[in-house]
Amino acid sequence: MILPALFFYLFAAVCVASAVMVVVSRNPVHSVLYLILAFVNASGLFVLMGAEFLAMILIVVYVGAVAVLFLFVIMMLDVDFSELREGFLEYLPVGLVIGGIFMFELLLIVGAWVINPAVTKTITAAIPTNVSNTEALGLVLYTKYIFYFQIAGLVLLVAMIGAIVLTLRHKANVKRQDITVQNARTPDMAMALRKVTSGQGLQEADAAEWVK
Amino acid sequence: MSFSSAGYQLQPVLPELVLAVGSMVLLMIGAYRGQGTTRLVTTLATLLLILTGVLILMLPSGKLVTFGGSFIVDDFARFLKILALIGSAATLILSTEFLSDPSRRIFEYSILVLLSTLGMMVLISAGDLIALYLGLELMSLALYVVAASHRDNAKSTEAGLKYFVLGALSSGMLLYGASLIYGFTGTVNFAGIAAAATTATPGIIFGLVFLLAGLCFKVSAVPFHMWTPDVYEGAPTPVTAFFASAPKVAAMAVFTRATLTAFPGIVPQWQQILVFVSIASMALGSFAAIGQKNIKRLMAYSSIGHMGFALVGLAAGTVEGAQGVLMYVAIYVAMTLGSFAIILAMKRDGQALEQISDFAGLSRTNPLLAFFFAMLLFSLAGIPPLAGFFAKWYVFVAAIKANLFTLAVIGVLTSVVGAYYYLAIIKTMYFDEPVGKLDPVRIELRGVLAVAGLFNIFFFAYPGPLVSVATAAAKSLF
Repeated sequence: MILPALFFYLFAAVCVASAVMVVVSRNPVHSVLYLILAFVNASGLFVLMGAEFLAMILIVVYVGAVAVLFLFVIMMLDVDFSELREGFLEYLPVGLVIGGIFMFELLLIVGAWVINPAVTKTITAAIPTNVSNTEALGLVLYTKYIFYFQIAGLVLLVAMIGAIVLTLRHKANVKRQDITVQNARTPDMAMALRKVTSGQGLQEADAAEWVK
Repeated sequence: MSFSSAGYQLQPVLPELVLAVGSMVLLMIGAYRGQGTTRLVTTLATLLLILTGVLILMLPSGKLVTFGGSFIVDDFARFLKILALIGSAATLILSTEFLSDPSRRIFEYSILVLLSTLGMMVLISAGDLIALYLGLELMSLALYVVAASHRDNAKSTEAGLKYFVLGALSSGMLLYGASLIYGFTGTVNFAGIAAAATTATPGIIFGLVFLLAGLCFKVSAVPFHMWTPDVYEGAPTPVTAFFASAPKVAAMAVFTRATLTAFPGIVPQWQQILVFVSIASMALGSFAAIGQKNIKRLMAYSSIGHMGFALVGLAAGTVEGAQGVLMYVAIYVAMTLGSFAIILAMKRDGQALEQISDFAGLSRTNPLLAFFFAMLLFSLAGIPPLAGFFAKWYVFVAAIKANLFTLAVIGVLTSVVGAYYYLAIIKTMYFDEPVGKLDPVRIELRGVLAVAGLFNIFFFAYPGPLVSVATAAAKSLF
């Protein structure tokens, strides 16, 4: 019992601390890195709760894709973040109000739980205990919901085609890496051995080959 | 042909499977062979649409249901799927010239039209809210991209972006409504919702309003029409022709199926929403079009008005009403495709003409084109004996039989107002001085125009087949 509690406090503490650092760190790149740390710790919390599928999805989707995308955007866009931060105190009241609302909602939930523990049972469907939730999803996703799954796949295909159609531009004279050509390259193609007569240097005919 | 997966019959989705796999094969051909294959891919895509249509006609008759009620093939679905396929195939034919320009040789255009059509077919067959949403997204996402497909043109990209942002908003509303309906009925299946929603509780009405708002956006009915004129004007003209035809069919289909099969217990609730929406659409479509100078914007307002007229039939909530909607949509698609074939034919020295003043004196420079356009405009205005008159006739008769007299009277009055701007174009064509000669009309435009125009003119002589098919289709919903 003590070990899960220890891990819970470890993950929760790191998660909250890194969430704070996302907001206060001066360098936006650091903010994103802290965000990734927060995600990883949140997924640790999910594992503790037995929601291993959500934990893995959080790592794969949020850390692997979304956060890295954020990082790209921040590095590519020339946004002056120090300017954005100047209004930090101005926005503090609004932030406090929103934080207060969250706090109030949390208290409501906790209150309901304390007053009547049975209420938590009524807001979720029955949770089967004999299968892991990845297995439970897998059992229906490709069988019962195959139609939705396939159509969702086609939606993603359209998104991919759309992104390519709207953004890819074929430029002439772009040098691309051609791995087969690289692998097929032999020393004979790259080097030419010449006997250089001392005092005379390379002849014109040799120079032409060097250029090639 | 009785193959199945996980206990589900796959035969009802055979046309969709062929369309999906076929479009992926065409995608591979295009991706590996380069943009030079655009013409080949477009031709094959058109043939694939025809093949899909043939497969739909070859399905066993009666009501086929699969995937646990998510996918329904009945006469209603067959009728509208064939109509959507005709709209998409005609669009691909109309796009030939647009795609032949070297700077716009994008083979993905046809693939996106195919996938959008697949979305429409899923939408038309949708038997529950999840299939409805997925079909709608598949259809719309491809439409956003084709709207912006002329990406070096600022107006085209603006149209795509505008359509995308407002479309995402409407999807959000639709999902919100769907989640409320699910929450209050405990099911996403239309039949299940119909069984649960026998009395109008506030929760269900709330969800219904949001669901209808999302659907109104897709058929561009007032008050969710704002995107239509800008998107129609900004998108390349063949794409506008596409927007005005096939997606409207699919959206109208799901509108009809969702209201009639999922909420038959609370007809008065959605009836008043539809009465308001159709009156507002008819009025705005008629009055706002008067001041338009650009023919594509005018067609946008015209389509808003026509969707209002089609919704009159749906507001009736009866078999006659549903039949009226089906007739209206079928005739509307023919009129729209014909009109856009003419708009695409309006070129001088390779420059597309989009102003109404450019039509001046068309009767002398190209009398045949002017005659066909005049006939189509008379038909859009609803003047007998052209097809458009019968379309309006069926929806108004249905409204009167359902005791919606105010709606029918307002509908007739707005169609009189609408006739003004259609007649103004005819006046420009026949009585104004010609500006100059047009370029020769391309063969594929002539083909589409001939089919659509002759259907429109001679529909009154032999309306039987369409009427009987539409009646059977409407009956399959009840």
